[in-house]
Amino acid sequence: MKNRAFIGHYHLMLLPGIALLLVFSVIPMLGIVIAFQDFQPTLGIFRSDWVGWDNFRYMFSLPDSRLIFVNTLVIASLKIVFGMLVPFVFALLLHEVIHIKFKRIVQTVVYLPHFMSWVILSGILINMLSLEGIVNQIVGLFGGEPILFLQSNSWFRGVLVASDVWKEFGFNTIIYIAALTGINPNLYEAAAIDGANRFQRLIYITIPGLLPTIILLATLSLGNVLNAGFEQILNLYNPIVYQSGDIIDTYVYRAGLQEVQYGLATAVGLLKSVVSFLLIAVSYTLAARFANYRIF
Amino acid sequence: MIRGTNRFVDWTIYLILTLVAFVSIAPIVNTLAISFSGKIPAMSGQVFFWPVEFNLSAYESILSDRDFFVAFGVSIQRVLLGGAINFIITVLMAYPLSKPARMFPGRNAYMWFVIFCMLFSGGLIPWYMTIYSLGLLDTIWALVLPTAVPIFNVILLMNFFRGIPKELEEAANIDGAGPWKTLFVVFLPISLPSLATVTLFSIVGHWNAFFDGMILMQHKENWPLQTYIQQLIISVNSIMNTTDPEEIRRLTNMSSQLLNSAKVMVSMVPILLIYPFLQKYFVSGIVLGAVKE
Repeated sequence: MKNRAFIGHYHLMLLPGIALLLVFSVIPMLGIVIAFQDFQPTLGIFRSDWVGWDNFRYMFSLPDSRLIFVNTLVIASLKIVFGMLVPFVFALLLHEVIHIKFKRIVQTVVYLPHFMSWVILSGILINMLSLEGIVNQIVGLFGGEPILFLQSNSWFRGVLVASDVWKEFGFNTIIYIAALTGINPNLYEAAAIDGANRFQRLIYITIPGLLPTIILLATLSLGNVLNAGFEQILNLYNPIVYQSGDIIDTYVYRAGLQEVQYGLATAVGLLKSVVSFLLIAVSYTLAARFANYRIF
Repeated sequence: MIRGTNRFVDWTIYLILTLVAFVSIAPIVNTLAISFSGKIPAMSGQVFFWPVEFNLSAYESILSDRDFFVAFGVSIQRVLLGGAINFIITVLMAYPLSKPARMFPGRNAYMWFVIFCMLFSGGLIPWYMTIYSLGLLDTIWALVLPTAVPIFNVILLMNFFRGIPKELEEAANIDGAGPWKTLFVVFLPISLPSLATVTLFSIVGHWNAFFDGMILMQHKENWPLQTYIQQLIISVNSIMNTTDPEEIRRLTNMSSQLLNSAKVMVSMVPILLIYPFLQKYFVSGIVLGAVKE
């Protein structure tokens, strides 16, 4: 039929995109052989010496490796937990508001930081958290000593999690709000007739109504436990807080592009890519099986 | 929905929401207030949410800052070129991929390939080496070609295309329209909200990107605005290897705080300008992409 003539055009439409993916995604994937080489940029990947698993052995012998792995896991997990909890509570509160206009204004304000880059937000944060910044002025009003938030290993992770929640909670609320509007209003009416109070309606209707969304988000977040937020940390950290804030991605960046240990950096990056990929595959499979989720 | 009659609970909820909204916006308002303040109050932390010793000196000095405008220009260029490339690629990929496999054999193979490219990467170093070997360093192409295929946007638009009734396409085909004409005359005009969503996503993405500019552009005059601001404001903090307050004060060069605040505010302006449109479209876009059943 006619459709057969269309197929060639479909391939043609896909051609530019697929070609670009081949060049900028697939070729770099092949470039992971650098992880098994003593890579010298002047020699390229074809003439650099092969060293087998040496880069990986070296990586595991470094004391930093354990540190960056633990930091990555801890920071990412904290962000996942608070990144789900805060929007959930916020959506529940917003759901109780009757005045549409008030609701709109609040939403407009809290979505805004999501669209700002980490450069801008970090610029603001560095300013705010400096010794003369507004946060330390407020600490001072309550009689506290100024705190060096960005130079303190006990504060740094807290700053990371709090600022990540600040940037994303409004935006992440959207998904919960969408789920809330999907709850059948008759349920609330029936519950009210049966004498359920506000709190009981929350416990027996709203939260069960959100449960599928929560399970889905929790499952999908499994794929993110190695993504601790490269752009954020790169913009906020400094050598003093490497101990609590250095993650796999920032380490790869420093080792590879600043200290030119290409083999080592590629090996670390490869390990992360493989583990992340497996985690995402597992989380999607789980989400597809239990929440009927399909990305495509 | 039926509301409770408990006034106290209502007021508490309104109060909490107002406070949260205030805290969300407070850092930006504080920066805005500092940027319009006098030098001494800005440096000594006297400014909260209203300018102290109001003046425009910081903004006036931006006007004579050539580097800032060059970077602004690179960013505009990148958004226009990169956004256009993203748009074309997204539309051209989403349409064939929205066809079921029985109408387009090979569709699933393409789909798996695209998903694989989205989920797996070779990592930073091979990616950098690829762009380096192609001789793209210090060209605008380094900023727009590696990001040319916005896979998330492709999937979003594809999902929207799949929701378009098949009868529309069949009618167009009977009238003699081929795939290209069907795409441009039938699909695109009824997909405007989705197209607006993906375009806005790609504009914001390009405007906000700093890392590629930082590692792929060796010459200052090629930096996009976010990279320029990163190097100007942030890099000082990221090399700071001391906890001595005096040393930190010296390194952060408090006197530039005022000027930096003004630059941060100016670089926000384009996002603020498109923000009303963003708000209008992205909610539908996110819901479309995230909770599709």
